[in-house]
Amino acid sequence: MSILEVKDLAVEFNTIEGVVHAVNGVSFSLESRETLGIVGESGSGKSVSMMSLLRLIPEPPGRLRSGTAWFESATGRVDLLALSRAKRSAVRGRDIGFVFQDPMSSLNPLMTVGDQIAESMRVHLKLDDKAARKRTVELLDRVGIPAADERYGNYPHQFSGGMRQRVMIAIAIACGPKLLIADEPTTALDVTVQAQILDLVKSLRDELGLAVIWISHDLGVVAGLADRVIVMYGGMVAESAPVDALYETPRHPYTEGLLQALPRVDQDRGEELRSIEGTPPDLYAAPAACPFAPRCSYAFDRCRREVPPRFTIGDGHESACFFDLEQRRPRSE
Amino acid sequence: MTSKQPQPQPQPQPSSGPDLSPSADPLLDDTRGRVARAAAYTAKLLLRDKGGMIGLTLFLIVVFAAVFAPYIAPHHPLQQDLTRSRQPPAWHDAGSWEYPLGTDSLGRDMFSRIVYGTRVSLTVGFLGVTIAMSIGLVLGLVAGFFGGRVDNAIMGGANLFLAVPYLLIVVVVAAVVGRSLINVVLIFGITDAPLFVRITRGEVLRIRNSGYVESAVSIGAGKGRILFDHILPNLVGPLITVATFEMSAMIFYEAGLGFLGLSVPPNIPSWGNMLSAGRQYLATTPWVATYPGFAIMFTALGMNLFGDWLRDVLDPRLRRKGR
Amino acid sequence: MQRYLLSRAVQSVLLLFGVIVLVFFLVRLTGDPARLMAPREASAEDIAEIRALMGFDRPLPVQFAEFFTGAIRGDFGNSVHYRAPAMGMVLDRLPATVELALTALLFAVVVGVPLGVVGGSNPGSIWDSIARGLGLVGQTVPNFWIAMIFILVFSVNLGWFPSFGRGHWNSIVLPAVSLGLFPLGQIVRLMRSAVLEIRGEDYIRTAYSKGISDRRIYVAHVFRNAAIPLVSMLGVQFGYLLGGSIYIETIFSWPGLGRMIAESVAARDFPLVQAVAVFTSLVVVAMNLLTDVAYALIDPRIRYDK
Repeated sequence: MSILEVKDLAVEFNTIEGVVHAVNGVSFSLESRETLGIVGESGSGKSVSMMSLLRLIPEPPGRLRSGTAWFESATGRVDLLALSRAKRSAVRGRDIGFVFQDPMSSLNPLMTVGDQIAESMRVHLKLDDKAARKRTVELLDRVGIPAADERYGNYPHQFSGGMRQRVMIAIAIACGPKLLIADEPTTALDVTVQAQILDLVKSLRDELGLAVIWISHDLGVVAGLADRVIVMYGGMVAESAPVDALYETPRHPYTEGLLQALPRVDQDRGEELRSIEGTPPDLYAAPAACPFAPRCSYAFDRCRREVPPRFTIGDGHESACFFDLEQRRPRSE
Repeated sequence: MTSKQPQPQPQPQPSSGPDLSPSADPLLDDTRGRVARAAAYTAKLLLRDKGGMIGLTLFLIVVFAAVFAPYIAPHHPLQQDLTRSRQPPAWHDAGSWEYPLGTDSLGRDMFSRIVYGTRVSLTVGFLGVTIAMSIGLVLGLVAGFFGGRVDNAIMGGANLFLAVPYLLIVVVVAAVVGRSLINVVLIFGITDAPLFVRITRGEVLRIRNSGYVESAVSIGAGKGRILFDHILPNLVGPLITVATFEMSAMIFYEAGLGFLGLSVPPNIPSWGNMLSAGRQYLATTPWVATYPGFAIMFTALGMNLFGDWLRDVLDPRLRRKGR
Repeated sequence: MQRYLLSRAVQSVLLLFGVIVLVFFLVRLTGDPARLMAPREASAEDIAEIRALMGFDRPLPVQFAEFFTGAIRGDFGNSVHYRAPAMGMVLDRLPATVELALTALLFAVVVGVPLGVVGGSNPGSIWDSIARGLGLVGQTVPNFWIAMIFILVFSVNLGWFPSFGRGHWNSIVLPAVSLGLFPLGQIVRLMRSAVLEIRGEDYIRTAYSKGISDRRIYVAHVFRNAAIPLVSMLGVQFGYLLGGSIYIETIFSWPGLGRMIAESVAARDFPLVQAVAVFTSLVVVAMNLLTDVAYALIDPRIRYDK
């Protein structure tokens, strides 16, 4: 049973320079206890899509143009995008936990770390101060913060980057949500700390039976964590596949390009690093063709005229591309 | 505000390429182009922002009135006509359009006096700010560049002035040195300088500690180069913005001083003097005090609106974030 | 934090010494203060007599030493016109000014903070326009002028409020509103821009993602963070309040320090001028120090600075 089913999500931004079509028809589903990785470059729409699920994008200038997001909340199956404000607040924190990218700016500098964790528990779980404090200390301990009891009264600036991110994770799981959405949580951390956080998330996921959506631009991180991966480009889903299938047999030219661009240990020393030619798509134009076409070495005239739909390739493997990478020729339908 | 890195000298090339004759300085040419483009962009931004446009228009009206006062004012500001004294503005029964805003107790035309008053206000504001900015710029640069004890001494003095209520100093000094336009200008210029010292010094320190000065130094740029290429361009924005607001403040202070009888001598038509005179007969001839006040507000409004716009335009951080 | 506060306290004391020096020299700027104190028609002998009486004929270092030591003790000599100890007179008038300044500030805060917060929370709304308008009004209206307009409208024409003195319970209304208009404008602008900026911060987004109520987000997150610049600004306003009281108290014949400054300066009563100047500066410096203390207490980043 899918815990989250998103269909045709479209988000745009009204700016002075015009309308930015940030997300153009994103659909995916997520099973309970599944980990979904969302990969894409900056501007691909990955963060905007996930944040708009809970309407965390400021509207204005943002605007939800279309989409449904059916979710198994504690009070039944609801469309996240159609919820009233009150019901939405109930879902936030209680059923879905968020971990953001920059832990320093994502924590209130004037509030103790303990209070920030306890806050949502007091609201959603109706815990009194003593109970909330007790559970917060347990959480701090669980996410690996030593001397949790003393640290309750510390302020964010008294923690290091990795520890702050642990606090953010504690905030996210405090009320026992079923879904954890993490938006590039390790991007701002150095590599060793990154590994620790990943391990923490993995162990929490297994212990609490969480479904996880992990957004990243780092293919390596996603490979070690996700069950399935979605690759986004130009506000659309380019490819969607189980993790092994994606990395071994990519079916979208963009994914192929991304994987080829990864420096590999077994590469020849003198070999030049490969990159994807061209520049990111112009999101001011409404999508009328494949957004990757200008940079795609396989593109042909159909790619520039139509937006490619998602073609099913194999078991749970889809690619939005008119070119059949396996057969090395345009798809016949 | 972006600053350009000093460019290395161009190498001579055989065929086509940039003009390398000794007189063509690539830095200067590009600076001209940059200034021209910046001016055009600024003009476009101004036209888009109603507040800024209104502010600039109001200010230009005041400047116009000051410059063309003899042509605009129907009477001489000092001309007394005791038979017409205490006449209300034109729209009252006892008023006439010959004296549109009425007359004061000595029969002087209020409208003309207000128009001529722009001269005093603008002079005080402009000269005062110029003096303050000049002193502030020099002292701030010295403090920022030399640091150490020089810096401490200068900032100590500046902080002293900034800590004491401005008005207190101004009032005491004005009382001591007597009434004259020069005195007023000097007082304002000197007492407002600390603000500019602080701003300049702050900017110098910020840039000194920033990365690109290190890079500039590492490729051989001398102190002079750093000063002109990096520090001064970055100073222009904050200084001009603050100057606009301080000019408006000085117009206020002049009026306040005049109100207390400490500004320019009573024979010179200043808005402050008019308010002071008007206060005496507030109940019987309220227009004498009311309309100069409107003039002050009008000017201050213009300068504040324009200053707000300037600040938004010149602060790259705010521009990026939008409002 | 202790070290920071200690250094600020030391700075304040040094500042005060600097003020005493400054006042000393300001009064003697022209070189011959006796001439200023004497009436126009005074003869040279009259002026010399005044000079001897006031001690201006003694060498400068001696004058300064006496002034400085006296100032520290609070002894500024006797007022020339009132023939009473200058400091005593200052202290007598102090409560009236404190009352006026605090009322003006209270007015500015009570009206300005909510308006600024509402305006900043709803950009583009009517409240936002009102907030920005009020901010502009505060900046562009001269307080001495609006005081006169208030008197005209509310005292002379409507008769709602008295126009002078401190006698009635409602005597303070017009003076306080006139004086408080400028701080009101500053506070509205500050709160509006602070709230606007804070609302765009990441930690507000985190707060929303937790599903807590809007009200709680405002109180615990937005407002708490906006309080810091507010506290800073309130401290700064004291300098303005004491300076502006010179005008307001003069116009309303309010028996406070401001009016005393205006009168003593006009009368060239230098002992009194010195007393008032030093004392007023003392108050401002003290308030600034207090503000820094409050700031350090509120902001944990300063409180727990290693």
